[in-house]
Amino acid sequence: MTTSATPGEARSASGPALPIGPKPIPRRFHQARWDEPIIFELSTPGARGVLPPATEPGITALVGDPAAALPAGVRRSAPPALPELSQLHVVRHYTRLSQENLGADLNIDVGQGTCTMKYSPKVNDRFARDPRIADLHPLQDLSTVQGVLEIAWRLERLLAEISGMDRVTLQPGAGSAAIWTNVSMIRAYHASRGDTARDEVVTTIFSHPSNAACAKVAGYKVITLYPDADGYPDLDALRAAVSDRTAALLITNPEDTGIFNPRIEDFVRVVHEAGGLACYDQANANGLLGVTRARDAGFDLCHFNLHKTFSTPHACGGPGAGACGVTSELARFLPRPTVEFDGSAYRLDDDRPESIGKVRPWYGVVPNLVRAYAWIMSLGAEGLREVAEIAVLNNNYLMQRVLEIRGLSAPFAAGKRRIEQVRYSWDEMTRETGVHSEEVGFRAADFGAHYWTSHHPFVVPEPMTLEPTESYSRADLDEYAAILRTIAAEAYADPAFVHGAPYQSTIHRIDHEPLDDPERWAVTWRAYRRKHLAPDPAEAT
Amino acid sequence: MTDQQARPHPYIPNAVPEVKAAMLRAVGAASIDEFYADVPPSLRLTAPLHLPEPFRSEAELVRHVEGLLRRNTSTRDVLSFLGAGCYPHHVPAVCDEVAGRSEFLTAYAGEPYEDHGRFQALFEYESMMGELLEMDVVNVPVYDGFQASSTALRMAGRLTGRRRVLVPASMSRDKRSRILDYVRPDLDVEEVAFEPATGLLDLAALGRALGDDVAGVLVENPGYLGVVEARAAQIASMAHAAGALAIGDVDPSTLGVLAPPAAWGADLACGDIQPLGIHQQFGGGNGGFIASHDDPRVVMEFPSRLFGIAPTAVPGEYGFGDVAYERTSFAVREEGKEWVGTAAALWGITAGVYLALMGPRGMQELGETMMARTRYAMTLLAAVPGVRVPFSGQHHVKEFVVDLSATGQTVAAVSRGLLERGIFFGKDLSTEHPVLGQAALVCVTEVHAQADIDRLADELREVLR
Repeated sequence: MTTSATPGEARSASGPALPIGPKPIPRRFHQARWDEPIIFELSTPGARGVLPPATEPGITALVGDPAAALPAGVRRSAPPALPELSQLHVVRHYTRLSQENLGADLNIDVGQGTCTMKYSPKVNDRFARDPRIADLHPLQDLSTVQGVLEIAWRLERLLAEISGMDRVTLQPGAGSAAIWTNVSMIRAYHASRGDTARDEVVTTIFSHPSNAACAKVAGYKVITLYPDADGYPDLDALRAAVSDRTAALLITNPEDTGIFNPRIEDFVRVVHEAGGLACYDQANANGLLGVTRARDAGFDLCHFNLHKTFSTPHACGGPGAGACGVTSELARFLPRPTVEFDGSAYRLDDDRPESIGKVRPWYGVVPNLVRAYAWIMSLGAEGLREVAEIAVLNNNYLMQRVLEIRGLSAPFAAGKRRIEQVRYSWDEMTRETGVHSEEVGFRAADFGAHYWTSHHPFVVPEPMTLEPTESYSRADLDEYAAILRTIAAEAYADPAFVHGAPYQSTIHRIDHEPLDDPERWAVTWRAYRRKHLAPDPAEAT
Repeated sequence: MTDQQARPHPYIPNAVPEVKAAMLRAVGAASIDEFYADVPPSLRLTAPLHLPEPFRSEAELVRHVEGLLRRNTSTRDVLSFLGAGCYPHHVPAVCDEVAGRSEFLTAYAGEPYEDHGRFQALFEYESMMGELLEMDVVNVPVYDGFQASSTALRMAGRLTGRRRVLVPASMSRDKRSRILDYVRPDLDVEEVAFEPATGLLDLAALGRALGDDVAGVLVENPGYLGVVEARAAQIASMAHAAGALAIGDVDPSTLGVLAPPAAWGADLACGDIQPLGIHQQFGGGNGGFIASHDDPRVVMEFPSRLFGIAPTAVPGEYGFGDVAYERTSFAVREEGKEWVGTAAALWGITAGVYLALMGPRGMQELGETMMARTRYAMTLLAAVPGVRVPFSGQHHVKEFVVDLSATGQTVAAVSRGLLERGIFFGKDLSTEHPVLGQAALVCVTEVHAQADIDRLADELREVLR
């Protein structure tokens, strides 16, 4: 119909017009949907993606083909049944898959509370990829790696100052590995004193599950404290829990509720008086940088997640990097080697008889150590303090905005401010509409937003955990709140619609049931083919 | 002039003073301090941290870090024969390209909808590793091969209800240290000697060590000293006869030519994926794999995440999710199997890209080329006066031991001499395995051309002259 309009004539309200109308809130997003096959389905027999160097004739002339001489028992009888693709097709497949992934660079990544999804500066990626980091071998002569050792040494000193601890190891692979490292040092400390009766560790339900799980693997019985009526870790419960069997307290502060434990010094004192060590899981440190320190509260050990607080990218779930800080009394138990500096040269000290040994091959996730170092050096003391303050401001601003939404609440510590994150509850909305928190996340995907509930168990019913960090602007926070408000309104108006989400995402609602059925689950394509596809007649012959 | 300190930091958008003030007003707070009401005054820092002055401009930061990097010598600029668990392989450009995609690099624990790509890429990684290993179950990577070996031993302990585990005495000291620290409360680790003449596991010693209290036998193949464990099948049979599990601890880059552990009877496979398209990174580029057959009893003992394929509401559409999630510490805290957390997912994706690029023929050719070049290097070095290659009668893929004892020189001294000539010699084994004398572990892969190996032999001859 619009084709009949004459030039210069104003279009009707239903047709295109200038000025272009305002953008709706939230934005009209649609994720890439390539309907991409499994890579095995893209295979063309004979195609090659990359060619390894061929053996020179001079080598063959001297040694023949040693692979052919392998005895039958250890020689591969047929090449592995990998897919065969030309290079472009590998690139295209993975580029499509990458488009079907929202990274923190694309979304307002405040929905993964506890994980501090802050911006990872691009310049730091450049350092990490430099051949003078990426192509160093860990056994090179120390004279050829003074730069990377200096970075490790300097980073250790920075983190020691930030935590107040005396020494720091950068060896753990990520946060849970750092928790393990601390638990292992706690075990070594008590063993060194012949104090072997200590077989219990105390933690809290709002501390990361790995605190409980690592302690269990290290041989400890785990006592888990629940919050008091106000949402604070329960000091009386702690007093009742500690004894001469207490090896340590493993605690997060603020806990995953974003509530700072004002009695933290009492917690440390109670554990110390019982002869245990106090270990601080600083996964939630982002709101406290330059504000308060682990050592000042009396802790003996602490750990940071460099991929959270110190900006290294989360890489779809690693590599991250962990750092453990300890007092000088515990330094002898640190993983070996340590980096040492004598005023002119850096060296590795591997001769540490009381060390717990290795917690990882070599020295740590080096590219992320470089990134974390560069990040801190771009901010300095005042910058770190500003990171904390803005992260906390952003959190309290976002809390104010989202608590305007019908059906949402922030359990515990009513009327109080929070530190860097909040664990909310959609319980009221769920009871009134039948829409669960998890489904809010499915629908959030339709708006290009990542969303997470909480760790298990769901102590807070229908949980949602938001942590806005310092990286997001006020407009970003408003946009995220608008997405949640829209979804809540949809839930009240038409719950069935939310039950059917996502609509604009890469895929539609998954049936998870087969994933728990041994007859049907398939962790690999070969298992899927065996269990669910008819045998290929060509292979049968 | 602009007040340099007043400039908002580029990483902190709401540091703009007007924005900050408006947000404070919006939440009814007089100052940021109000948010810290629960932090006792006794714990609050009253002065700034003692940190160096920052480099607030990117240009100054680059200049500073570049200055530090200049004090490193990349293996690209020399000839390096260092391996010993961190390997110099060619990293295809496509691996770097995919690993650097910001959609993958900056994502995290995404859900199967908005981060479908991550789930599919990791399912495909598991699937390609499954083909390489001829096993149906492969985990989303754990931190590193040491962790994978440690967990495989713990899985064997849980599956058999037994306490003793056997590992080769030739194993690296660092790996043994990691395993000991990790399994100590529940498992007793015992070493099985190797034959001094061959470097192979001593089967008589294995026979003596085996008993009805042994949970698992860890078989490194190739072993740490580079020797292919030609009797792997016999070792697995001996383990099975004692009711123990056989665990194949392998280098995936060798599996184009070596039989996968499943083929010689291993119940579990484990190892490190760093050789599959991941840079050395000063030892910072590891990822661990654990694999098994699709036996539910075994699957339920994995601590790691296992991404499985599932249908969606739309026919022909693939969805993914966690298989048997209730096993994990994410689901049930200390009641789960060991623990799981952020580990090495991006390296899993990268290793998948590598296997897709290489394909069946590429992996086979890689193995053949490494074996030929390694044998060539063994032959040339053995011809250098005073240099002995002790296990030369055995099969090797990419590493071998050289013994310099007869030259009267230490490995340390020889390595220094070679360093001056632009060569990083192999790992000094003289303190780790003193029984081998002044020995070094030399690594040769597809990146070492014939001319490089010739040069090593020539320079070694010169240094020893």
